Amino acid sequence: MTAASDSPVEVTLTSDSDVVRVRQVVRDAATAAALTLVDQTKVITAASEIARNTLTYGGGGTSTVEVVCRNGTQGVAVEFVDAGPGIHDVDLALTDGWTSGTGLGLGLSGAKRLVDEFALDTTPGVGTTVRITKWRR
Amino acid sequence: MIDRIPVLRIEDILLVSIQVDLQDHIAIQLQDDLSNKIVETGAKGVLIDISGLSVVDSFIGRMISTTASVSRVLDAETVLVGMQPAVAITLVELGLTLDGVRTALNVDRGLRLLRADIATRNLMSGAGDDRSFG
Repeated sequence: MTAASDSPVEVTLTSDSDVVRVRQVVRDAATAAALTLVDQTKVITAASEIARNTLTYGGGGTSTVEVVCRNGTQGVAVEFVDAGPGIHDVDLALTDGWTSGTGLGLGLSGAKRLVDEFALDTTPGVGTTVRITKWRR
Repeated sequence: MIDRIPVLRIEDILLVSIQVDLQDHIAIQLQDDLSNKIVETGAKGVLIDISGLSVVDSFIGRMISTTASVSRVLDAETVLVGMQPAVAITLVELGLTLDGVRTALNVDRGLRLLRADIATRNLMSGAGDDRSFG
């Protein structure tokens, strides 16, 4: 399964095996975008964190993985969409060590550090969308 | 699709080599299997090789930390070996410190570390016995 620049790959997130699938699809895209090994590992790990958040806190959702291009630079973008309860306090959710569940509280804040762009859009009661991008150096 | 990571026993050390991308429930199963096996065999050391893992996220990291803590309570020391450089860089940036987990570069060094540790502990418990005679 290779993510070509013109065809985003969608992964439905309903169980923990889907988190593994997201990692594989992001790896394919990161390889296609010719990211360095460290950057590949970073974006895969970030995607894994957010995929698990989508699953655990968002009650499942979808992720879309694509190879993107801006000003001649390739990158990988992954978008996660859920229709869960949303995040009531985004600043708090992005604080290291804070968790509303039983995790380590590194998911969102850690993922944000691992990527170049991080956009979080959430509405309580409606859902959450997170988009991360890692660009080729 | 595998549903279990095998736990091998070499004398008083348990060896686990994770060679597949870990699903969450397999990680939890491994944690259970390891603690059961420590009690069953009286193993003094646990060696976890993650050279086959190209990604360690906070869930897997936490599983490793918890396994080390549980093992310690059961009188077994855990050493994590074989971490890929890209994984190490990513873990640090992610903010995961793997508290209480000892690491070594490879299985060989990890084994030596565990053997030395076990020898010291055996010696100390021996010394404790001696003192009780004085």
